[in-house]
Amino acid sequence: MRERFMILFSGFAAVLLVRNLYVMLVKLPDEAAQGAIFRIIFFHVPAAWTAFLGFFAAFVCSILYLAKRNLRYDAVSMAATEVGLAFAAGNLISGMIWGRIIWGIWWTWDPRLTSMLICWLLYAGYLMLRRAVEEPSQRARISAVLSIFAFVDVPIVFFSIKWWRTQHPQPVVWGGGAMDSSYWNMLFLNWVPLILIAVVLILIRLRQEEAQREIDAVRRWAHAL
Amino acid sequence: MSAIVAQDVSKYYGDYPALRDVSFTVEPGACLAMLGRNGAGKTTLLKILAGLSAPAKGTVAIFGKPPRDGEARRTIGVLGHGIAVYDELSAFENLRLFGELYGLADPRKAAAEWLERTGLERAGDGLVREFSRGMRQRLAVARAFLHSPRVLLLDEPFTALDDRAIAVLQTLLRQALADGRTIVMSTHQLREALELATEVGLINRGRLAFRGERTQAMLDDPGWIYRHYGEA
Amino acid sequence: MPGFLRDSLTIAAKDLRSELRTKEALNASVSFSLVILLLFSFAFDPSADQTREFSGGLLWLVFAFAGALILNRSFARELPNDCLDALIASPISGAALFAGKAAANFLLLLAVEAVSLPVFGVFYNIRWWDQFWQLAGVLALGTWAMTVIGTMFSALTVNLRLRELMLPTLVYPVMIPALMSAIQLTTHLVGGQPLGGDVLVWLRLLVAFDIIFTALALSLVETVLVG
Repeated sequence: MRERFMILFSGFAAVLLVRNLYVMLVKLPDEAAQGAIFRIIFFHVPAAWTAFLGFFAAFVCSILYLAKRNLRYDAVSMAATEVGLAFAAGNLISGMIWGRIIWGIWWTWDPRLTSMLICWLLYAGYLMLRRAVEEPSQRARISAVLSIFAFVDVPIVFFSIKWWRTQHPQPVVWGGGAMDSSYWNMLFLNWVPLILIAVVLILIRLRQEEAQREIDAVRRWAHAL
Repeated sequence: MSAIVAQDVSKYYGDYPALRDVSFTVEPGACLAMLGRNGAGKTTLLKILAGLSAPAKGTVAIFGKPPRDGEARRTIGVLGHGIAVYDELSAFENLRLFGELYGLADPRKAAAEWLERTGLERAGDGLVREFSRGMRQRLAVARAFLHSPRVLLLDEPFTALDDRAIAVLQTLLRQALADGRTIVMSTHQLREALELATEVGLINRGRLAFRGERTQAMLDDPGWIYRHYGEA
Repeated sequence: MPGFLRDSLTIAAKDLRSELRTKEALNASVSFSLVILLLFSFAFDPSADQTREFSGGLLWLVFAFAGALILNRSFARELPNDCLDALIASPISGAALFAGKAAANFLLLLAVEAVSLPVFGVFYNIRWWDQFWQLAGVLALGTWAMTVIGTMFSALTVNLRLRELMLPTLVYPVMIPALMSAIQLTTHLVGGQPLGGDVLVWLRLLVAFDIIFTALALSLVETVLVG
């Protein structure tokens, strides 16, 4: 059943991506100031949105784990964070490439990229913490608390870095604000396949976790003999 | 109301089943000696009874309340492997600290009293860091008994005690039983424990393999239980 | 006196008494802060004017790194002799245990800062006391932010093998908004200007950070310690 969803989602994502790429490359005109590379924004920005969806899902599942103590929530938390980190990395790398092409420098302390870098560090810490705890329910409990702290910090980080950059302006990677409506449409339209891919990746990761838990359960049973 | 009720208590450390479906009851005024080999699960069980660890399955009730409940915590005294007193503080300061944490009416008086009862009255102002091993053990005992707990949970209390400390502990435990308190102690030291015990249990590989009254036969031949109910 | 307050004070007094008797962490922290101040002045050899531009940054880096020595030990000091178990088994609530330790850490950190600040003034030839009371307020707010996060994460990692290695990586990213606010406010105040106008946003951010994370820590610490 879950297999079917995964194949369905992947298929749909693939179709949409192909269609979007076609529209991006062929139909939409180059943006006035930035030229062809501008199209990277259609992956750069939705990647960030997807990352945050992942982190939010992890946040919710962490709270649910602490409330219900069902290790399934912990598994989803972990999978969502891993996938979120991957998309965050995508956002950072695409931002750096873009910055390199437009401004000639790899890193410009642009507020959005800087904030995303900090978020990436926060959640990389989550994965590192998980690796240090062996016992599953202790691991779930401690990483749930960390996930909650991290997510509460995310908006605060964004606000503080934005205000910092308002006070000390630097070159900004992309100039926010006034974009043609056709661009906004494409941003959202490209977000859909990214979300689908994220969901598929999470499901794959969850399946790995379940297999691992089954192995653990069999080991327990063997120990008991 | 029973002093301790454990129902289907299970605990896993990763793959390893430390405790499996352990159920038993202890009535007030009883002294239960929990036997078992190293790694059988005795320490894990005591930690769960003390509220230091949550079971994966099952429940524990101390006079009807879960061990983490505030009132329950006030009635439980724990003596674990570590002495649980601070090296950098004096004996008196340590006891006064725990007296305050347990909400005693006069922590200083209780501290002084228990220093006397454990033979440490002249070392009250000495830092624990400078104490001999036996003195540290006696201070640990004082700390556990300080707040007059109704239930005492002791993890291998006689291990590594010197003779004086053993004597002090036995006296205090007998006194506690005479006062109607309930005791559960895990032990290797069969002789000292079985003398005090009214009941005996055996944990074998995480399961409660035996639970019954302490008989004279057990006292005469402490290894009997292991031979009958322990590992083959 | 209500139980929570009484218990917190008991724990705070215990931690302070312990630390003041040995002074291990305190000495290490003060030494480290002096070393960093010295190193920075070699590394960058700034003029007084240059220093005024990054005074906040320099001071808060010193406080954050030197402070870590004290904060990291916060719950770890309960591990010898299994004292942590005895505390958890006692009637004290997790929140009171946390509050007491945080209060003790706060005072110890302020002590380190009280030493570092005059030394900074001397080494870098900076007159920092023009807005003394406002600076003291900012120091208190910023130090509380560090304390809350540092103490909480000390609890989070207390039972882990790799605790010392992990704490810096975990703690500093979370503290960035608070450090940034404290840095901006401190640079402003050390420069001799009272707080006002745009800079007040940083003050609001710092206060919000303190309130939010104190509340979060108080509610989650019991789960972390006992679970």
